[in-house]
Formats: sequence, structure tokens, C-alpha cells
Amino acid sequence: MNKVENNKAWFLVLPMLLLVAFSAIIPLMTVVNYSVQDILGSSAYFVGTEWFKDILNDSQLQQALIRQFIFSFTILAIEVPLGIGVALMMPKKGWRASLILILVTLPLLVPWNVVGTIWLIFTRTDIGLAGVGLRELGYAYNITRNDGDAWVTIVLMDVWHWTPLVALLCYSGLQAIPQAYYQAARIDRASRWAIFRYIQLPKLSNVLVIGVLLRFMHSFMIYAEPFVLTGGGPGSSTTFLSQTLTTMAIGQQDLGPSAAFSIIYFLIILAVCYCFYVAILNMGRDKNTSQPR
Amino acid sequence: MAEIILRSLAHTYDAKAGADSDYAIRQMDHVWHQGGAYALLGPSGCGKSTMLNIISGLLSPSEGEVLFDTERVNELSPEERNIAQVFQFPVVYDTMTVYDNLAFPLKNIGMAKHLIPAKVHEVADILELTSVLHRKAKNLSADEKQKVSMGRGLVRDDVSAILFDEPLTVIDPQLKWKLRRKLKQIHERFNITMIYVTHDQLEASTFAEKIAVMYDGQIVQFGTPRELFERPAHTFVGFFIGSPGMNFLEVTVDEHNVHFSGLRIPANPRRLQSAIASGSSNIKAGIRPEFIHVWDEPNDEAFEVEVQDVEDLGTYRILSFYLGGQIVRARLNEDQNIPSQKAYVSFPEQWLNIYVDEYRVGDDDE
Repeated sequence: MNKVENNKAWFLVLPMLLLVAFSAIIPLMTVVNYSVQDILGSSAYFVGTEWFKDILNDSQLQQALIRQFIFSFTILAIEVPLGIGVALMMPKKGWRASLILILVTLPLLVPWNVVGTIWLIFTRTDIGLAGVGLRELGYAYNITRNDGDAWVTIVLMDVWHWTPLVALLCYSGLQAIPQAYYQAARIDRASRWAIFRYIQLPKLSNVLVIGVLLRFMHSFMIYAEPFVLTGGGPGSSTTFLSQTLTTMAIGQQDLGPSAAFSIIYFLIILAVCYCFYVAILNMGRDKNTSQPR
Repeated sequence: MAEIILRSLAHTYDAKAGADSDYAIRQMDHVWHQGGAYALLGPSGCGKSTMLNIISGLLSPSEGEVLFDTERVNELSPEERNIAQVFQFPVVYDTMTVYDNLAFPLKNIGMAKHLIPAKVHEVADILELTSVLHRKAKNLSADEKQKVSMGRGLVRDDVSAILFDEPLTVIDPQLKWKLRRKLKQIHERFNITMIYVTHDQLEASTFAEKIAVMYDGQIVQFGTPRELFERPAHTFVGFFIGSPGMNFLEVTVDEHNVHFSGLRIPANPRRLQSAIASGSSNIKAGIRPEFIHVWDEPNDEAFEVEVQDVEDLGTYRILSFYLGGQIVRARLNEDQNIPSQKAYVSFPEQWLNIYVDEYRVGDDDE
């Protein structure tokens, strides 16, 4: 077969290629480049995988990673069921629906730093509502001294800030369920729980994939709120990965290790998200037959 | 198992309804007998689904009563009425297997565990779902899903009635035919009252013993397919059923004939009497294209007409001609000679129905 050689078509792909290069490939490769070098002032030495080994064996970082996982899974375990619950209780139509929708989404519009500040004031033991209130009730609440208090407060803050996102996604998912499903369920005499378990939850699985992924990624990268609220303390009990990385990269100017850390950080998120995605997608599959949909 | 009686039933979705046109269902009385296979036929928006939902209890009628035998069920929920309903689009419980879908209504009524498998297998067998029983319902094709929907209606053998709301809309034509037959078999086997909503006359007449034709919120005729065809009680029935629909001519009447545009056609005297007695000026004569006699030679009783068009529809042909300024269609069989320019037509008295204010008059031969 005689093909006409015409490579001009490549020019058509070029803009896209440039865009991807600048948006993803080049920045990432810079980091990769740094991660295998030791940079001292203007001179650089190739060190191979040395930084990666260091990072992976650093017990402080391991601690931060464990804290990070605990944090992410804790907020997922709270926000997902809570978000579904809120969505189920929201009115379906009418002016009440609009009003509730606005009220529920309000926390989403607050910038991260502001969220931290709001909670910082809220939890102060001299003027803050929660701080003073808890003291009055006889509980010696103190987020700068007590690890537990700091943890609970940060988790609560995240729940307050981000549950609306899950609720909003679920609400839209619920609205998309055709009325016939509920009618059929009534005809079949399904209980309220069965309606939730066999109609609403399965129909929500798609938005929940998005919700879980977004919430996982977000929370795994959390930085501003705990930084403002606790500064990572008491000690390093609420120091998460982002803050550790920032300290390393900006505070100590350790570019090589920071680059290696960044890559590992990125790969962890990628891997976990992939696992979630595959796990949720596989829920609806038949056990024995691998039938395509 | 019950007789379903609708008494002075009316329904409107508009809280401030006043005029007739605000009503989705205008006041009516109707009885669906126990064990019947019925079709509810009518165009989109005529109130078919509304009526179905009122019977099943998904809607509460704004006026009138729904009775199951002698019990008023207006206030009862669908669960309490013990009705099964199949919807236009298949509703399956995605995450359950086909087996669990079919067993679901049984579990919900608290049937003893050891009785469930036999019942599920029986229904699966009838609907040819046995081979997919252990597949997730989500992964089935549309028609299999609809069979599952139907199956859930059929597993409970104590239901008062099974209502079908255009259940075969999403099904391929050849499967449609098969499923319709299935439904008929099931009806014969279990003797359950079935009401089947459709806008397809063929579907209605192959499924049902009696068809209720709905038009504009009312049942305008309730009869066997044959009655609907031969003696449509309302001009809408004449127009809606049959292909092409009935011919209607605006006429005036005397004691022996109908008149229009200077032409005179003899008609049944009792029908004419009723029309005269009504005093209405809205009188129509209606005849099915199938019942018009067509010759290609002149004939004593026949009118000479100009052929406008002959449409060949395979097994039959449709001849169109003008008669007194109004277009009339006649159906010719395949073997009949096609008149080329002039045709000679007559209208057998027996098949010439008279309509006053859209309703047929003169219960002469019933």
C-alpha cells in the first residue's frame, strides 16, 4: 500500500502538545530533575535515588504520613455518611429547597485561610464561643496544649467546611432518580431503609465516586486550615504532609529532598485515588461473569 | 382479587380547577371486573396514566371514590391496596441480582423463606429469566430489565390487579410481540385482573378482551376490539382505531337519508330518528374504509366518483376520492381491481353510523 507521506498533520497536534508540556510535563520534570540532584548554591551533584531512600526512611515523615492517612480516612468516614444524610433531608423543591441549598453551600465559599481564622477565634479560650463555652461546661479545652483537642477541632473544622460538597453532590444525584423508582418501591412494599439501600445508594454511587475522590485528594493535601489554627502543633501532632513539605522546601531550602518528597506525595495520592476508583466501579459487577456494561 | 369500581371519579392536578378542561380525568363511572384483561387506550395526555395511578393509589383522586369490591380504598396506600404496577421504563434494583429482585416483594410481605425460591423460579421460568437469575440486574439489557419489572409484579399471586403503564415502549418489536403473548398466557394461568395502558391500538387489541378508549379525560367507549371497530361509540374512537380511521361526513338528516352537498345516502331509519330527535345540528355520518363498496363499473346504487389517489400498502390499498367536496378513503383488498379514473362506490346502510355531537346514536342492532 502506498501511503502519502504528509507530516504536516503534526502541526495540528502541536498546540495541544505545548499546552500539556507547560501545564504538566515541564513542571513535573523540573521536580524529577531536582529529586536526583544535590544542589548547593550554584553547583549540583547527581545523587541518584539517594533522596528517595532518605525520605522513605525518615521517621518524622513516616509519622506525618500516618497522621495524614488517619486524618483523611477520619474525615471521609464522617463526611460521606453525613453528606448523604444531609442530602436526604434537604427539601426537593420549592423556595425551601433554594434557601436550604444556599445555607448548606455557604461554608464552601469561605477561603481556606479564612476558615482557619474563623476557627482560631471560635476556639480561643478567652473570647471564642466554643473555647469559652467548653470551659464554662467544665472541660479544660485547649488546642495548643492538648493533642486530642487539636485533632478533634481540625476534624470538625474540615467536616464543617467540606460536608456541604458531599451533600451537594448527593443532592444532585438524588434529584436525578426518576419518580418511577420510588413508585415501584411503594408497590413492592419496600421499607424506607430498603429504598435507601437498594435505590438511592446505588443511584448515588457515581456521584459518591467523585465526592470520595475529591474529598480524599483535598484532605490529603490539607495545608492552610491546620497551619492557621494550630501551626501543626501541639508538638507535631497535627503536622500533615503539606506542612512538612513546606517546611522542608521553603524553611530549610532542601530542594533535592523536597523534590523527592513531592514525587512520592504525588504518587501516593495517585495510587490511592486509583484504588478508590477501581473499588467503587467494581461494586456493581457480577461476581462470576466479567460482563461489559 | 377484586372488582375495581370507579364511582363519580374525577381528578385534576390544578387545585383551583373550575372548567372541564382543568380536569385530567372528567367525572366518570367505570367497573373493571375481576379477572379481566383490559386495555386502556388513548393518545398521549388523555389521562390514562393518571387513571392508572389513581387505581394503584399512587395518586389520590380529587373527587369520587375508588372501590375494591365493596371497600372504599381512596385512603389506602399502594401497599395496602395490594396492587402490582409495571412502569413505562424498566425499574430494577441495580445492585440486586435478578433473583433478589424477584424475591424482593415476597420478602417484603413476609412470605416464609422456604416458599420463596419456588415462586421466584416459577415466574423466572414463565418470563424466560432463569438463565440470568444470578446476574446483577444492572447489567441486563432493556427488555430483560422490563421482564424483571414485570416479574416483580407477577410473583405475588395475591395481588388485586396488575397495572401496566405502556410497559413495552422500550422493547424491540419482535420481543414486544413475544412479551405480549407472555402476558396473555400469564393472565390465562393466574386469572388476575390486568389493566394495560397503551397508545397502540394493535397492542391493545392483541392483549385485551375489552378495551377502554380514553379521550380528553373520559372513557368514550368500553368494548371488545370488534365493537370498537364496527360500532365506534364516539367519533374519536372511529378516528383513532383502524388504519386509516373512519370516514366522517358532515351531514343533515331526514327520515330515510343523510344529505350533504346535494347528495343523498340512505341510512338506518332508527339511527336517523335518534338524530332528528336530538335536534342538534352537529350531525356526522361515519363509515369505515373497509365497509365502503367499490366497483369499477357503474352500478344502480353506486355513486360515481373521481379517483384521487391509490396508495399501495402491501396487503391492501387505500383508495381516496372526493364525495361532495369531502375526502373519503376506502380500503381495497389486494385482489380487487383498481379503478383508474372513475370509481363507483356505495355505503351499506348497516355500516353507516350516525353521530350526534360526536356520539353515536340509535342502539338499533345491539
